[in-house]
Order: sequence, then structure tokens, then C-alpha cells
Amino acid sequence: MNTMRNPGWEWLMAQRWILPVLLLIGFGLAFAIPEYNLLNKYVQLVMMYVGINIILTVSLNLVNGYMGEFSLAHAGFMAVGAYTAALLTQKVLPIADYPGLFPLAVLAGGLMAALLGLIVAIPSFKVRGDYLAIITLAFLMIVKSVIENIDYIGGPRGIPGIKKLTTLPWVFFWTVATIWVVRNFVYSKYGRGVLSIREDEIASDLMSVNTRRVKFLAFMVSSFFAGVAGALFAHLLQFISPRVFDIIKTTDVLIMVYLGGIASISGSILGAVLYTVLLEVLRPSNFAALVSWLPDVIFDPLNQYFIRHLGVWRMVIMPLALVLVMLYWPRGIMGLREFRWFVPKRDLDAHHRHVAHGGSHDAPHGH
Amino acid sequence: MSEGIIYWLQQTLNALQLGSIYALIALGYTMVYGILTMINFAHGDVFMVGAFFCFLAAVYLGLPFVPTLLLTMLGAALVGVMIERLAYKPLRNAPRVSAIITALGVGIFLENFTLALAPYPKNIPALLANATWNMGGVSISSLQIIIILLSLGLMFVLDYVVYRTPVGIAMRAISWDKTYVPLMGVPLDLIISVTFAIGAGLAGAAGTMYGLAYPVIDPYMGIMVGWKAFISAVVGGIGNIRGAMIGAFILGGVEIMVAAFFPSTYRDFVAFTLLMLLIVIRPYGILGQPRTQKV
Repeated sequence: MNTMRNPGWEWLMAQRWILPVLLLIGFGLAFAIPEYNLLNKYVQLVMMYVGINIILTVSLNLVNGYMGEFSLAHAGFMAVGAYTAALLTQKVLPIADYPGLFPLAVLAGGLMAALLGLIVAIPSFKVRGDYLAIITLAFLMIVKSVIENIDYIGGPRGIPGIKKLTTLPWVFFWTVATIWVVRNFVYSKYGRGVLSIREDEIASDLMSVNTRRVKFLAFMVSSFFAGVAGALFAHLLQFISPRVFDIIKTTDVLIMVYLGGIASISGSILGAVLYTVLLEVLRPSNFAALVSWLPDVIFDPLNQYFIRHLGVWRMVIMPLALVLVMLYWPRGIMGLREFRWFVPKRDLDAHHRHVAHGGSHDAPHGH
Repeated sequence: MSEGIIYWLQQTLNALQLGSIYALIALGYTMVYGILTMINFAHGDVFMVGAFFCFLAAVYLGLPFVPTLLLTMLGAALVGVMIERLAYKPLRNAPRVSAIITALGVGIFLENFTLALAPYPKNIPALLANATWNMGGVSISSLQIIIILLSLGLMFVLDYVVYRTPVGIAMRAISWDKTYVPLMGVPLDLIISVTFAIGAGLAGAAGTMYGLAYPVIDPYMGIMVGWKAFISAVVGGIGNIRGAMIGAFILGGVEIMVAAFFPSTYRDFVAFTLLMLLIVIRPYGILGQPRTQKV
């Protein structure tokens, strides 16, 4: 990247205490917004979807971005988490008397998904690249097919009438937890292993990286949070069926990961927020409200010829925008770069020493 | 003949029909992969666009079967080349996943663009008089025969083109090496475009045949069929043209046979479990060569 840096930005990036303060404010707001209805219900709903999408994107980035595999199974793990949690809150846990048990259901959903993550991790010891992609795709189809064939959990009809237990504070908590865990994992000893597998698996094996254990862990962490996201999703949508978790859902998450950029937590957050919010903004009523300040001379024809048709065309505009982003930034917006507040201090120091000794500024982290 | 054998023969015929449609689409996946090592995830949607071209030609132009087929193949080939030139060519030196995500984006674009223009499922008229013969209890429709024979014919033509003509030699040379072969005077861009045109044209043909066999078409029909064709290509050994054909007939066979002998809802479960096992046992597909990794 450019060696000329903005001193104001440099100063801001050095103020690492801002992040925890922002987090505290965020937590406060997450409680205050639904309590005092600071924002309307629709905006609150979109915020929760943004949070769930961040969880999905950050966790998929661990396998697809940091480890360099191409997993298509994320919607499958999400389905496992959603069904586990929904069955627990509907049939097992006395949620009506103790709504506080909800986190237990979410946790169980995540753990169940993590357990199945192991099944996908095992073939990854032997199979890589496109063939592993097919295995993950097959896994997704198998999960869907199994759910469709079990009558007890509703079969193809799904589970209706799930209680709405997902709240803004819970979404915020799990989003922060996901980011925190994945970030710590990536910068841990195992995280180095994950990166080394992406660069060269055989070399890392020779350098005594326990690639099997690293893959187990990466797949488990990734699928755990996919399961958590599924559990939250089920208790927000209040209805799940196998159709909800098909390949299109995986495609959505893939787009958010690669739009934001691989191997970047800040990129994943950005990708998830941009994609989710843009899709909402492009809804006709929202877009009309957004440009309602325009004088009627401009607004009326705009509404007549453009906004009224957005309902159909927004799903045409979005993929076009994605293709354009990929053409101009093939690595995604933040590909292989990281927002400096997310990088542990010791890594930043190491990077600065490296640069001071004449190394290149192009190191993958610390921007 | 006994009941059992008749049932088997009947299902084999159905499997051949489904397999030949998968094969035509799988060829496009495998050819593009062979030459660019890129999974063209928009290919299933090119198949869907082909089916809609078939609808346009048959309903609005009122064309009979053969011109419809040719027009559909031409239209799909044009779409394929346009996608390659506009979306993939600029990314040829970018990381591989960027091209894959772009392909996913192009696919979603094609689906929703078609949906915006044609919001309701369309019915493709019967372009061929469909006669049904009864041969010893097995009922054979002329449509089935035409679909199977036409697909096999197209596959033989493709096989001939790839293995016996200068264009085919150039294609195989480029799939083998993209740095030095162009230096020998092989036009890289042209050959890649030709590959996309052939692959997309075959998908267009598959779209026509699918539309004749299962007449209701909608913009999302390409997703599942496309993924299954892709799986066929992988089962056969991706990048290998004859492998893609074999893989497609295997997948078609497994799907039809599972539906014939088990509850039909088990179809995907059995098909994908078999696929998973096959890849774990033979990761490079049936005809693929194991890639030796240099250290």
C-alpha cells in the first residue's frame, strides 16, 4: 500500500482504547433501542439481520478466507443450528416459564453444528480445492434431504410458530462474541497454522504444523457460529423449513465474504453490512423515502420510471454491482487487509519492526 | 418379459434421458474448467436462458423444432461468449475465487433479469409430434429417443472437434499450458471464446431438450440442474470431456433408480451420499488423473 500516510489517521489508529468504548456504547444502545423504541421496528429488524449476517460472514471467512478452502456447507450448518435450537425451545425447554433459557438453545444449536463440522473436516484431510467444495455441497444437500425426510421435525413443511426470542442485545452479544473468538483464533498459534495451510499445506506439514488438528478446529469454530446464526435466525423469522437453508443462502454468505474481502474480519463486517443494508435500501418504499427530499420535478419521473420497478430490479442491480466490485477490486474491499484496531498489538509491533528494517509495507496485515 | 425386467428397462430409458441432459450441461463446465481451471457457476443459468430462448423462438417466432434448436444454441453461445468477454476476461490474472464469485454474481443476475422480464413460469409448446411405442411392455416415446440420440450425436461431434480438429488441438494445448502455447501462435482469447461458445451452445441445446421433456420452465430452473451437472463433471473427473459424459449418465442413473426403488424423497440423500463417498475414495473423479503435487 502507499507509504504516504495520513497523520490524522495514524493518530486515530493508535488510539486503541476507542474500540472497547465503542463496544460498551454499542451494548448500551442494543439494550436501549428496543426498550425505548429509539428506532422503528423495521430498522431494528434489519439491524438484527445485519448482526446475523456478520456472524455468518465472519465464521465462513475463517474457512474460505483464512484457510483458503471453498466451503459451500454454511447454510447446512445454519440449518442444523436452527433446527436444534427451534426443537429445544418448542419441545424440550420450558421456555414459556423461563425465557432466560434461550441462550442454552442457541449454544446447543452451535454445538450440534460444530459436531457436524467435524464430519466435513475429516474428508478435508485428503481432499482439497474444488473436490472439497463438492463435498461441502453434498453435505449441504444431505442435511436438507435428511430434514425433509424426518416427519417429526416437520419434513418439507418445516417448523412454524417458533417463539420470537431473538432480541437486539442477544444478536449484538453473539456478533461481538463471534468476532472476538474468530479474531483471537486467527492470531493464535492455530491461526498461524490456518494461514500456513492456505499458503502451502505440504510445507506447513513439514514445518510441524499439525494440519489435521488445525483443520478440525477451524471447521468446528466456523460451523459452531454458523449454527449460532441459524438458531438466532430461526427465532427471528419464527418459521424454518428446509427450503430456507438451500444453496442460495450459502451463495448469499459467499458473496458477503468475497465482497468484503478474504482473510479480513473488518472486511467481513463491511461486506455483511453493505450487502444487507443495500438490499433493504433498494426496496421501493425505502428508496422513495430516502430520496423524498428531492424536488417533485426530479422525484416524480424518478419514481415513475425507476423506483416503482425496484421491487423486481433490485435483485438485478445487486449482482451487477457485485460483478463490478469484483472487476475493480478482485480481492474484495478489504481483501487480505485488516482494520488496525482488530490486529493484536504484538503483531502490529512486529510489522513496524519489519518495515523499519527495510521490509515491504505490503505485509498482509496492519492497515 | 417379467414385470421386474420391464420396470428396469423403463427406468433405464428414463435415466438415459436425464443423463443426456446432464451430460450436455456438464460438458460446458468441464471444458471451461479444463481451459481456465475456473468453475463457471453461471453455466446452469445459461442453460436456463437457453430454455427461455427456446420458448421465445417457439412461441413468438413460431419456428419448428430444428430452427428453434439451432437458434437457441446460437443465442446461448452468444450469451456465453458475452459473459466471458465482459465478466471473466478482465479477471484472468486475478485470484481464482474472484472469478468464481463473479460467476455466481453473473448467475444471479441472469436468474433475476429473466425473472424481471418473465415473472411467471412459461409453457413450452410441443414442438415434436410425440408418438409412444410399446415394445414388450416397455413404453418408448419418440421424444425420449430424439433427446437421447440428439445428445449422443452432439457429444460425438464435440468429441471429434476436441480430439481431431485444429481447434480442438489448440484447446487442449491451452488447457495444458497458458504461457508458452500462445507464444507458438495459438490465439488464446479466440480459443477461450470458442470454448465458451461451444459449452454454452451445448447448454442451450440442453435447455431446449429439457423444455421439451419437462415443459414448464422458470428462471430458477438452472440452479439445481446446473449444480447436478457440475457434480457430474466432478464425478467423471473435472476437465475431462469423456469423464463428464460418464459422470452425467451415472448421476442420472442413480437419481432415477433411487426414485424408482425407494421413496422419491430419498433421491437427493442417496445421490449425494454416493457422491461424497466417491470423492473421498477417488478424489480426482473416474477418468481424472491424480494430480501430483510438487513440493
